[in-house]
Amino acid sequence: MYVAVKGGERAIENAHKLLAEERRGDPAVPELTLAQIDQQLAHAVDRVMTEGSLYDRGLAALAIKQARGDLIEAIFLLRAYRTTLPRFGASEPIDTAAMLVRRRISATFKDVPGGQVLGPTFDYTHRLLDFDLEGPTAPPPAEEGEAAPGAMPRVVDVLSRDGLLETDEEPEMSGDDSVGDVTRDPLEFPADRDLRLQVLARGDEGFLLALGYSTQRGYGNNHPFAGEIRLGEVAVEFVPEELGFPVELGEITVTECQMINQFRGSATRPPQFTRGYGLAFGHCERKAMAMALVDRALRARELGEEVTAPAQDEEFVLSHADNVQATGFVEHLKLPHYVDFQAELVMIRAMRAAAEEQAAAAGKAAAE
Amino acid sequence: MSDTPLLRVRGLTHLYGRAVACRDVGFDLWPGEVLGIVGESGAGKTTLLKCLSAQLVPTHGTVEYDTRDRGLVDIFAALSEPERRMLLRTDWGIVHQNPRDGLRMAVSAGGNVGERLMAVGARHYGNIRREVLDWFDRVELNRDRIDDRPDGFSGGMQQRVQIARNLISRPRLLFLDEPTGGLDVSVQARLLDLLRRLVAETGVAAVVVTHDLGVVRLLAHRLMVMRGGEVVEHGLTDQVLDDPQHPYSQLLVSSILQV
Amino acid sequence: MSDDTLTLPPREDASTAAAAGAAGRLSGYNFAYLDEQTKRMIRRALLKAIAIPGYQVPFGSREMPLPYGWGTGGIQVTASVIGPDDVLKVIDQGADDTTNAVSIRKFFARTAGVATTERTTEATLIQTRHRIPETPLKEGQILVYQVPIPEPLRWLEPRETETRRMHALAEYGVMQVKLYEDIARYGRIATAYNYPVRVNGRYIMAPSPIPKFDNPKMHRNPAIQLFGAGRERRIYAVPPYTAVESLDFEDHPFAVERWDQACALCGATDSFLDEIVTDDAGGRMFLCSDTDHCAERRRSRGADAQEGTT
Repeated sequence: MYVAVKGGERAIENAHKLLAEERRGDPAVPELTLAQIDQQLAHAVDRVMTEGSLYDRGLAALAIKQARGDLIEAIFLLRAYRTTLPRFGASEPIDTAAMLVRRRISATFKDVPGGQVLGPTFDYTHRLLDFDLEGPTAPPPAEEGEAAPGAMPRVVDVLSRDGLLETDEEPEMSGDDSVGDVTRDPLEFPADRDLRLQVLARGDEGFLLALGYSTQRGYGNNHPFAGEIRLGEVAVEFVPEELGFPVELGEITVTECQMINQFRGSATRPPQFTRGYGLAFGHCERKAMAMALVDRALRARELGEEVTAPAQDEEFVLSHADNVQATGFVEHLKLPHYVDFQAELVMIRAMRAAAEEQAAAAGKAAAE
Repeated sequence: MSDTPLLRVRGLTHLYGRAVACRDVGFDLWPGEVLGIVGESGAGKTTLLKCLSAQLVPTHGTVEYDTRDRGLVDIFAALSEPERRMLLRTDWGIVHQNPRDGLRMAVSAGGNVGERLMAVGARHYGNIRREVLDWFDRVELNRDRIDDRPDGFSGGMQQRVQIARNLISRPRLLFLDEPTGGLDVSVQARLLDLLRRLVAETGVAAVVVTHDLGVVRLLAHRLMVMRGGEVVEHGLTDQVLDDPQHPYSQLLVSSILQV
Repeated sequence: MSDDTLTLPPREDASTAAAAGAAGRLSGYNFAYLDEQTKRMIRRALLKAIAIPGYQVPFGSREMPLPYGWGTGGIQVTASVIGPDDVLKVIDQGADDTTNAVSIRKFFARTAGVATTERTTEATLIQTRHRIPETPLKEGQILVYQVPIPEPLRWLEPRETETRRMHALAEYGVMQVKLYEDIARYGRIATAYNYPVRVNGRYIMAPSPIPKFDNPKMHRNPAIQLFGAGRERRIYAVPPYTAVESLDFEDHPFAVERWDQACALCGATDSFLDEIVTDDAGGRMFLCSDTDHCAERRRSRGADAQEGTT
């Protein structure tokens, strides 16, 4: 006698308990602390903050621990937490020209005022597994030097001064001065640049990396040069209504990438370099660079370029950049679909029966 | 016989930045009349056709069409976008040079031809299919191909599907852009014969853009010769082809093989 | 950040925690999880949707604690209309105890503390994934559908800018062409679920992946039908007693599925049946997909048997 399957609720509870056990792993192994994750898996924390759209190293570290290292799961946790936070306003735009720079490179000039500052980078390491890291390490303190006084001028400002690089004098905003917010309002197409950049900033690093890569391989090439990549701390300022002047709330670390791309000029404009822009929380160069490549590709429409490649297709890129949305929908296939499948079964059986009848009737007619 | 032309064009000009695509084009087109527009590539013929068929908004000038219910109206100033789109699906037809621009390659030939009927509310599958098959006969397409997708058809067959897809809604005005472009000479000849027959049978008026004088000789009553965006000569087809006045027309005519 | 601990931002204080605890729900969160401003935004979208039956209203979908694609749209709609006196039923594939239904019901139990039920007749608010209950709904009930892809034209036209225009201009020829193609290829319309409908004679709507068997239930239903697509950020609605007609051709009219078997548990011949494979020799049995409906039938048949009225 068939007894309908029950106990879904208990099954879920048991699954959660098993998950908690596996998350902890072997109790003899010391438990991870949030400080360890924040300090020693810093790039993971940076990525989770960037795509989670929330700057808080502690929460990001917690999310990573809860997600057992699955970064997209951690991003999801952070985003869900973010939804519950009250908003009290928008900050002033951060001024990356005033950044306390820890790393700054430019591929467009051999030397620039302020110099090429390598900072903490993997770039010139040889990718050889270092077995010394198996055990405890105590790296000697790095050499210190004199920091250059004052802010480090930006390479792009050099080009703008000569009129060689487009400036933001005609912003693409559709009349409304406030910055859009894709986490509050639905995205509609065509989307203005502020919303596009927002989606890209929150977008999956892998997806943007692939799209950026595709532009370099000919799918909508825009001849990019890395004008400047800088990493460091910037102040976040807010103007409370009652005060009327900006108050500094704190500092955040950001990575900024300015790509310089070629432009051929048009009937109305003389030739100028154009830009692609990328920005991420923490130290996320790959993300910032890929974002800048895709940002530039998506400007094809406003720059009068023919849209031929996926990276230039606004609807395609912006609809699929969000990895939390993507994973939700891809993984939702695990949910039961047996009713719809049943409907398909009924239909396919009816079609096959009809086809068999037809074949039988034709066979009979042929035999007679 | 009415006093209003089907299509009235005045001072039609289109600029791309500072470049002139077409300048100051004007003419009247009457019901059942076929107007040919000839010239070399780059002469502005395609831009002109796009302006005439509401696919492009001209920089200056007017295009007026004699609608069934409101008489002569300015298609840009007096019609809304929905009304223009409706016109393009019913009273007007466009046969594109590249069939891929005028057909749905993922839909069967029958679906392509029947679409206009379904777009205006036809809901009886059997009737739609019957009418589609009827048009297959009229454009000399094999009935067996009705459920095949046009991406497996030859160029000539694809054009026939395009023609049927447009004529099934009994349009009063047809725009054709290089209808025989890219086709074999013998296929071209058969297609032109077909077009000539259908135009005569349906009484549809047409604007045909082409660089091929043979096409206009066969199809068009009147001819406009374009060069560098301007109309340099305009008249009855036979007159212009047999006795061209403008030096450029003379050049064009003399360069075709006399058979 | 040089110490061994990492301080996290402070959360709720003791008083809100106590108040929430007394109501039997999770502390630190607003009633039904969403903040009031968000609920207001969603209700405005719902009102607009009800005023224009079948029209997809864009809304600012929030990140929810359940993944996109797992019912966040339905959850946001429910969270915006639910009140402390509501009685909530949640089903998935017609059953109350599938894991997704259990998870969502628990979510509302934790964040709203409302009463829940498995009985359709007792519910004031029903959230569903992929089925409409067999038991006819009444005036005053609300049915909330979970929708993955709200755009019925999506498979014919991937661009949102173009489908928006098609809806605005009621240019639905392509939809009819798609049905024509089915008949030309298969001899019948080959859509088994998420079968497109025309609402109030105007908008073409995706009813969500309910089997076409359920389509007729939407027509002139006395209940309010609300549809939420979280990931795609669209809300739409069918107000009570509104015409909902499945697309077809005059000579190929819309028809629902039929089974040769009856439900093995309750004997119903007019409900949607699930097929259960019972052994690996091809043995099968068929059961009502709607578990409450089946249980109800069994209950009344049992009662009839006792009273000797069968």
